Amino acid sequence: MAKLIVDGKEIEARDGRTLLPVLRGIGVRIPTLCFHEAVSPYGACRLCLVEVTAGKRTLLAASCMYPVAEGLVVKTASERVIRARRMVAELLLARCPGVPRVREIAGELGVQASRFPQRDERCVLCGLCVRGCAEIAGVHAIDFASRGVYMDLAPPFHRASETCVGCTTCVTLCPTGCLDPLDFRMPPSRHRFSETRPAAGCTLCASESFRSDHGH
Amino acid sequence: MNLEMLDEIMRTYGYEESGVVAMLQDIQRKERYVPEAELRLVAERVGIPASRVYGLATFYRSFSLKPRGEHIINVCLGTACHVRGGARVMDKFTRDIGIQPGETTPDGKVTIEPVRCVGCCGLAPVVVVDEEVHGKMNQKKVSRIVEECRGVHREGVQA
Ligand code: FES
Repeated sequence: MAKLIVDGKEIEARDGRTLLPVLRGIGVRIPTLCFHEAVSPYGACRLCLVEVTAGKRTLLAASCMYPVAEGLVVKTASERVIRARRMVAELLLARCPGVPRVREIAGELGVQASRFPQRDERCVLCGLCVRGCAEIAGVHAIDFASRGVYMDLAPPFHRASETCVGCTTCVTLCPTGCLDPLDFRMPPSRHRFSETRPAAGCTLCASESFRSDHGH
Repeated sequence: MNLEMLDEIMRTYGYEESGVVAMLQDIQRKERYVPEAELRLVAERVGIPASRVYGLATFYRSFSLKPRGEHIINVCLGTACHVRGGARVMDKFTRDIGIQPGETTPDGKVTIEPVRCVGCCGLAPVVVVDEEVHGKMNQKKVSRIVEECRGVHREGVQA
């Protein structure tokens, strides 16, 4: 166990955990987009930033990635933290003005409008679909492609994947709804990453929608 | 690329994940681009998802997934070259050869590609032709390079 100070209060946490779940566990509200307990953290969205003092150094750190350690002093709502989160929210809002979850997070941080040129993307590039596909489904049919402003998520060569099993884990994990769950109920394509082939009814979860839609 | 050649490339790097970038470089050196079949085979033999190799190949600008010409003219448009007229060098190349940056001539002989800094800013403006660096470029030197590429081009046609 390690002792740390969070917003002035001393708490204990198990070594090996990261700050985010510990902080949430004691009731601190922290916005996140790229975090999901089912897959490994990735630190992409930067919404979970907190101020961490370790020894003499103080820095803004993504709490979803930062490991618990003895003697850490954590501030979860300092001015610096709020300012940084607002900036992140503004950038996200500029990229995805139409995504409800992004608007909600921005609203909670008091960001109504973005000063940056607007785009109209659905995807925030959080990579949850990639991690879900790789770590939960064990398929890794999709990954990030290209980089910078051209970056997107795609199967190899931007063509329907030959390895996708149609489990729709990616659809479930996606925080912005850019992978439409209705896609997979409309045969023959289940979602935009998958190739066209008949779905097998799942014998574990007995997914009914698969069966009725596909006539299995 | 035949299978043996590809296998030899992969063997050089022990079929290891850490060697994938080097494998793609070797493939590109031979084929002048990274063909889909080769990329997929590397993924399969190294034992990593094709999506990751594709991500890697699209991350680095130096990899091309499209066939490229026999001669590749890289015109530097990095900061130093930009300041010293890289854009005009690019203009002359595109005018003289008659294709846009990123394109390949229909006969598959020449590709013009912009690059962002090749790491020898002291020589700006810089052009790299088939891995050979040409520094302090001017309009005359552009013409010479175009002629040279065309010269080989004519030989290529006769052969
Ligand atoms: S939740 Fe930590 S960076 Fe996204």
